[in-house]
Order: sequence, then C-alpha cells, then structure tokens
Amino acid sequence: MDQAMWALGRGTGITALVLLTVSVALGVATRSGRPMLSLPRFAVADVHRAAALAGTILVALHVLSLLADPYAQLRLVDNFVPFLGAYKPFWLGLGTLAFDVLLVVVVTSVLRHRIGVRLFRAVHWGTYALWPIALAHALGNGTDPSHVWFLVVVTVCVFTVVASVTWRLRADFVEYATARIKEWP
Amino acid sequence: MTTRTAPHMRLHINWTQCDGRGLCTELLPGILGRDDWGYPVPLDHTHEPHIPAGCAAEAAAAVRLCPRLALTLMTAP
Amino acid sequence: MTVDAFPEESGPQQGRLFAAGGPSLAEHHGRFGSLPEFRRPGALAALLDEAGLVGRGGAGFPTGRKISTATGRGAIAIGNGAEGEPESRKDATLLAQAPHLVLDGLILAGEAIGARELYLYVPTRALATVRAALDERHDARWHRPHVNVIEAPDTFVAGEKSAVVSRVEGGPALPRDQLASTAVSGVRGRPTLVQNVETLAHIGLIARYGPRWFRSVGDPSEPGTMLVTLSGAVRAGGVVEVPTGVSIAELISHDGGTDLRTLRSVLVGGYHGTWLTLASLGDFHLCRPSMARAGASPGAGIVHALAIGDCGLARSADIVTYLAEQSAGQCGPCINGLPRLAQLLTELAYGTATATGAATEIRRIADLVDGRGSCRHPDGTARFVRSALDVFASDILLHNDGQCEALLTTVTGHDSRKESRV
Repeated sequence: MDQAMWALGRGTGITALVLLTVSVALGVATRSGRPMLSLPRFAVADVHRAAALAGTILVALHVLSLLADPYAQLRLVDNFVPFLGAYKPFWLGLGTLAFDVLLVVVVTSVLRHRIGVRLFRAVHWGTYALWPIALAHALGNGTDPSHVWFLVVVTVCVFTVVASVTWRLRADFVEYATARIKEWP
Repeated sequence: MTTRTAPHMRLHINWTQCDGRGLCTELLPGILGRDDWGYPVPLDHTHEPHIPAGCAAEAAAAVRLCPRLALTLMTAP
Repeated sequence: MTVDAFPEESGPQQGRLFAAGGPSLAEHHGRFGSLPEFRRPGALAALLDEAGLVGRGGAGFPTGRKISTATGRGAIAIGNGAEGEPESRKDATLLAQAPHLVLDGLILAGEAIGARELYLYVPTRALATVRAALDERHDARWHRPHVNVIEAPDTFVAGEKSAVVSRVEGGPALPRDQLASTAVSGVRGRPTLVQNVETLAHIGLIARYGPRWFRSVGDPSEPGTMLVTLSGAVRAGGVVEVPTGVSIAELISHDGGTDLRTLRSVLVGGYHGTWLTLASLGDFHLCRPSMARAGASPGAGIVHALAIGDCGLARSADIVTYLAEQSAGQCGPCINGLPRLAQLLTELAYGTATATGAATEIRRIADLVDGRGSCRHPDGTARFVRSALDVFASDILLHNDGQCEALLTTVTGHDSRKESRV
C-alpha cells in the first residue's frame, strides 16, 4: 500500500508539472491574442484554464497521497508552511512554496470578476515564479533524477517554457503590435 | 425571433480595459467585427450591441473568457 | 417663497448673468438680494422644468430632470468650471465676474438633491477668485454648506463628466468606464449631479425671478440667455450673453462687429463642433433644433470664425492634431484612430496626398472611431472631421492640384501659405 502511495505521489507530481507547463505555455499564448495550433483564441484561453485547474487537482492528489504515505514523513503543516519538513526540507519547502503560490493564483483567478483585473493580473505574474519553483522542487525531491524518462519529461517542460518566454519577449509578440501606435505623444 | 418575455440583453465594452484580443469577436462573429487595430466593432453601429437570445451562451462565454475582464452583459427590464 | 411670488419686474433684462456689475458679495447681494429657500422637496426641480433650463455645458440636458434623477441618499453636487476647450472663455469669465451667482446655484442644486457634499471644480487660474468669494461668504456669516474647491488640470478632457467624478474622488482627471449614469452612481457610487457653472448661475437667477422671467427671452424650445465665446477672425472677440436662438450671422456681425465677407467659415460648438458654410450662417440659430438640421449643436456656445485668407483644411488638420494629443490615452480606437486622422488630414492640408483617396479613408476612420471609447472624445472628433470634409470639399480638389481656396480668394491679396503656421 505504501509503495502504491509513493508511486502515486511521484506520478501525480510529474503529471502536475507537465500540466502546469502546458498552462504556462498557453497562458503566454493567451497574452499574444493569437490563435494557436488550430485552436481559436477563446479556446486557447479556455484550455489554458483547464490545464491549470487539472494541474491543481493533480497537485492536490500529489499532496494527499504523500500525506498518506509514512515513508514521505509529510505532516499537514508542511503543506502550507515551507522548510519545516523532515525529508529533504529545502526541496520540500520549495514544493510547499509552489503550492502556496498556486493556491493564491487559483483563488484570485476563480474570483477575478469580483476582485477586478488589476489585482488578478498582479497576482498572476506570480506564475512566472511558481513554475521555476515547482521545477526545482521536482528536481530536488523527485526521486527519479537518474531515470531517463524523468529527465526527458523535465527537459521537454523546460524547453517549452523557455521557448514560450523567448517568444513573449519579441516585439511583434502581440497580434496587432505592428498595426498599433507605438509611442504615446 | 424574440418572445415578449425574453429580457433585452446588451454587451457593454469597457474600452479603458479592452486590449483588442479578439476572443469576443470569435465567439460573436455576427455581432462584433474587428477594426484595423484589433478592437471589437459593434456591427449594429450602437454603443452597446444587442445580444439576441440565441447568442446568450456565447456572450456569457465571452464575458467569462475576456482576458481583460472588459465585458459586461447588461439586461434591460 | 412660493412659485408665483416672483418680482418679475426686478429681474434683469439686459445682461442677466453680469447684472451685479462686479464679483464682490456686496455687489451680488445689492443687485440680487439673498438666496431664496425651497423647503418643499422637488420644488426647485419643478421650477426649472417650467423654466425650460437646459445644461449650458454642451450636452443640453434638461436641468430639472437631471436634478430629480440625482436626488438620493448621500448625494453629491459638483459645479463644473473646467472648460477644457481652448476656444472657450465663458466659464472663466463667469467665475471671475459673477462667482456668487455660481455658488448660489450650486448651493440651491445641492439642497434640492439632498447633498451633504458640494464641490466646485475649477482650473488653476480661477482658484483665487473662487476662494475669495467663499471667504467673503464665510466672513459675512452666510451659514450654508461648505463648498470644497477642487483644482482641474488644464487638459481638454478634464471637464468630461466621469473625469470630474474621478478627480473629485482623488484620482486622475481622466474619463472612466460607467455602467450607470453619473446621476445615479457617481462619486463613490453615490447619486452625483455634475452641472456646468453657467447652468448653476442661471439656477441662481431663476430661483429669484421665476420661470416666466427666464422664458421672456430666447428661443421658446430652449429659453433664456446663454454665454457665447466669440473667437478667431472676429473684430470684437470675447464672451457675450445673448438670447438663445440668435442667428449666427447676426451674432458675428452685430456682437462680433465683423463683416461676414471677411470670413471663410465659422466653427460652432468648439473643437467637437461643426463648420458652417458662410452662405448658411443666416439660416442657423444658436439653439438645438436649428443646429440639429446641420447635424450639429450649439455645444458650449463657442463660435470661432475662420478668416477668408486662412485655409480651412489646414486649420482643421491642426485642430485634429491637438485633439489626438489630448486623448486620455485609455481606449484603443481613440489612441490609434485619432493620430491616424490627424496624419491623414495633415497630409491632405499640407502635403501631397491624393484627394479622393485620402477623403474616403478619413471618413472610414472617422466612422470607425465614432462611439467606440469610454467618453465622447472620438465621437466629437469624428463629427468635426466630417464637417471639415463637407464644408471644405471644394478645397480638397484644389489642394490636389497644388492650389488652395485661401490663395484664390484672399481679400487683401497676400499669400497666407508663406506665413508660419503654428
């Protein structure tokens, strides 16, 4: 049973990372205002949200399965307060930090029509910190760094995010960027 | 076709937030066009275009998905 | 004081708004007496309805109706003297020469809507006189509600209704998106009355002399007097008080002391207004029904004359360039469309743009920006641009051939294109 929990914990963890990577890439695509890979613009935004919510569910399962596994030595407090853990406290703490940021991002996103676009966007910028922290946690705590499949998956995730951010920084990133007026007199 | 009891819906665009991303123009192609710079153009030439009952779901999706939260559905009694 | 007890005979007939002869409280009180009280709720609004007073800030909305709508718990009254339009001087003149009439109107309107907070929103140059007038009242122990004076920046859109609300709330003087009208939900979500200072001054007079006195001059559909700013190529420019419905030709020749033959065109309603052809000036009167026939309105009473030696396209291009610069910079169609209009019109006026192509494109962009912003700045600009293309249509063809009407029909014979143009 414990073996199953441990396996589930690792499996949900890496799947969550993949889903959050997809969400980051599609979030960048949403910002561009462009359709993407045969998805119309509204679908890009919709799948971005779906991937984020799916990733969040996976993170929840990841935490629950590890709480249920005595080998992981995870207490409930470790889920919310970082760096207090017993097993690899630093890397675990990063996971906790990522979880905390994810929680705030999800809550503000679900309530965005209530809290207004400014606050929603300000918190949403935190996803650019969330992803690297989650990645570091995966590398530090994920116990299969030597397994090839793990490294391949992580490499693809890193490549996806780096490519997205590189695209994000281009001058013609936004769809109508060249048509619109550049400087405000 | 409109029924007497159907509420009259209009789409309010907050122009100070709108960034012309075009999600609404995709979801409501018969109601909104796009101008030279990507911003939505009400095709009925009004300030707040009328949303027929048949497009209510798409209009609600546009309000929900607009990345700038620039849309509001107004129902007149 | 009841509605039928107005001493009509003592109401000023010539120069109503400036009848006190000076800005001091003594002069004001000496000429107009004390401020009347309206105990019955709705009494002032009913009086103003009967008088037929409409707003003098440009929109021309019935004042009595506006006051009725803005009545409510926690209501706020704001006197708007921002006057962002460069060609307009009437509000500045009124605040300088009759501030107490404005204050009377603000206090009366505030009481009518049940306001606890009163604001007077004025540009920097008017702050001193307004504060002096308030000090006079304080010293004379006129115990009426406190008036907060808010400084308006010197920008074109600073006087826009939602910009006023924003500034009074402590934010920037920029228009805001509104889901409900200001009268229903304005400053901090409360019912807010925003009234032009001239309208307030008229309220101060109607409250004393009654609706019949007010209606005794002017156009029957929009009675009373209005302040007009005459500017441009008129010999006697400045602010005059005239009955509504005066013909524009008469206004320029009589009050402006100008021979109409020295003019090329007249712009009515300021930079968001409409050019009129010289031939039509006799047909148009300064009231809404008459101006509506030209798709225009009297606006805030700005009448700007263009000399026969000046190019209408050039002047229009300069104005649209100014309007583009004065955009609040918040809404995509305005930010992108107005500079494009300015560029196209400038090429048409000063450059070598192909006439028919440019005019068509200008109309397309004007139609595109019209109605697509959180304020009426693009709408007004579109209206102005269309009227320029209509009135100066023959000049467009001449410009295409490197000619200009200003060159061909100059009264004095000088080449105005050789002079520097600002």
